[in-house]
Amino acid sequence: MSSTPDAQQPEPKSVRGTIVTTVPRASFDPAGGAAQPEELLDVYLRVNGAEQHIRVPGRRLLSDALRHDLGLTGTHVGCEHGVCGACTVLLDGQPARACLMFAATAQGHQITTVEGLSTPDGELGPVQQAFVECHGLQCGFCTPGFLTTITAYLDENPDPTPEEAREAIGGNLCRCTGYQNIVKAVCRAAELRRGEQAPPDGTQTPAAPTERQEQR
Amino acid sequence: MKPAPFTYHAPADLDQTLALLAEHGPEAKVLAGGQSLVPVLNMRLANPAHLIDINHVPGLDTVVANDDAVHVGALVRHAHLLSHSAARTAQPLLRQALQWVAHPVIRNRGTTLGSIVHADPSGEMPAVLALTDGRVRLRSAGGEREVPAAEFFVGPMESAIADDELAVEAIFGRFPAGTRTGFTETARRHGDYALAGVALAVSVQDGPGGGTVGQAQASFVSVTDVPDVLDLTPVVGGAAVADLAGLADAVAEAVATHVDPVGDIHASADYRRHLAVVQTQRLLSTLVGATAEEEIA
Ligand SMILES: Cc1cc2nc3c(=O)[nH]c(=O)nc-3n(C[C@H](O)[C@H](O)[C@H](O)COP(=O)(O)OP(=O)(O)OC[C@H]3O[C@@H](n4cnc5c(N)ncnc54)[C@H](O)[C@@H]3O)c2cc1C
Ligand code: FES
Ligand code: FES
Repeated sequence: MSSTPDAQQPEPKSVRGTIVTTVPRASFDPAGGAAQPEELLDVYLRVNGAEQHIRVPGRRLLSDALRHDLGLTGTHVGCEHGVCGACTVLLDGQPARACLMFAATAQGHQITTVEGLSTPDGELGPVQQAFVECHGLQCGFCTPGFLTTITAYLDENPDPTPEEAREAIGGNLCRCTGYQNIVKAVCRAAELRRGEQAPPDGTQTPAAPTERQEQR
Repeated sequence: MKPAPFTYHAPADLDQTLALLAEHGPEAKVLAGGQSLVPVLNMRLANPAHLIDINHVPGLDTVVANDDAVHVGALVRHAHLLSHSAARTAQPLLRQALQWVAHPVIRNRGTTLGSIVHADPSGEMPAVLALTDGRVRLRSAGGEREVPAAEFFVGPMESAIADDELAVEAIFGRFPAGTRTGFTETARRHGDYALAGVALAVSVQDGPGGGTVGQAQASFVSVTDVPDVLDLTPVVGGAAVADLAGLADAVAEAVATHVDPVGDIHASADYRRHLAVVQTQRLLSTLVGATAEEEIA
């Protein structure tokens, strides 16, 4: 590759063919150029059952639309290239990376964020409850992505083995827990969904949110 | 990071899409599943002036399996194709390879055709298109053409698609009845890009002592610049299944000569070559040893 500065548009072809994805199209203008106001789009989103209208540039990522435009900061942003899974939301019930979608693309779909996983009267959903019981989180940064991913997974496989649970969370990264308790939480959430209330052996007893702060 | 500004287009049908590509082609990018393009935009490795989001274009999400091919539209997600029973019966390699493509969450959005156009030598589906002697159907405002896999992949991340063309369909070929297929790869974590991987199709003629090997072809992931096909028929064709172990060294040599891996922080070139050799040897012996129930295609 040539590093010679070139006032021309960079040539998008190599000698062999079209470089598909990675060629910068506009050359960098050190003078800055004239600032252009960015065009805004009207985007209508259906998030956790509510209709929302935002006016955003086409480049607004769904993750940013949720957090900054709609104030739903439960969806976390870690890597912004699809690897960590912290931003995972449900799109028509299926997990998807919110950092790899534009808000405008999400029009016409049902979006569920972690805020939408609790019951209408504010009780924790089964996966959230299982994370509390099994101590499935430490700092909690990765947790929203795990909760959405696991919620969708249990719809598909309501009774996973620990091995299957491990596979199900393989696309999400957690820097704190070592995953053991998250795997337990997947299995416990499956029990809770089936209406089995007693916590399994080897896990913490249910802790009220205030008591949890004492664990350190 | 965030993408640099661009003009966002959401065409409502194919004609609008092709008109936009005719107008903005060299300055535009097509957005399908976004699972490769959006990371690149977020990291500002690409900075297109126009983005043409085809997600609202009807008619691009169909899978059709007929007598000689499986046709996969531009909006068919990996997950949809993976669960499509007619497609996986017609061409079992689709299912066998798709299981290795990323994690389920990525497969929910990423499209199989997007992954082929993206032409990443570490992608599984370009290797499958090559091995099945498939082709890509491309459309522009000026017309339509079909490009065979052997001409479509021209380099790492480089394909034969022109600036004003939309890929509308990937067409995966089918194998003759009795062909056995398989796919395997090694990644540091299941769902990550492979350090090395292989797709294999082999036919076995019945006969005494397990029969004889007919044709055998392989294509590779992450160890060649483009997914070209290695014909192993001259090495193993005509050999008795019972004698296959004796040909292991010859298979190894054919594979080691064919692949041309590059080393990186995850694995050295030598290690990748070694993996490709061992994977091919094992997959070959598994497939030719398969019982009739496991026989596919
Ligand atoms: C964390 C992570 C892990 C991954 N792991 C793997 C893996 O193990 N194996 C693997 O193969 N892939 C992997 N992927 C990539 C994934 O499979 C992508 O979905 C795929 O490579 C691209 O498909 P897409 O529909 O998302 O395309 P996009 O990202 O939308 O587009 C990719 C490129 O193709 C062009 N393009 C797309 N569709 C068309 C079309 N119809 N006509 C013209 N141009 C088009 C775009 O302009 C762009 O240049 C991974 C992705 C992520 C984020
Ligand atoms: S922020 Fe989306 S996957 Fe990491
Ligand atoms: S709990 Fe801290 S990253 Fe997972």
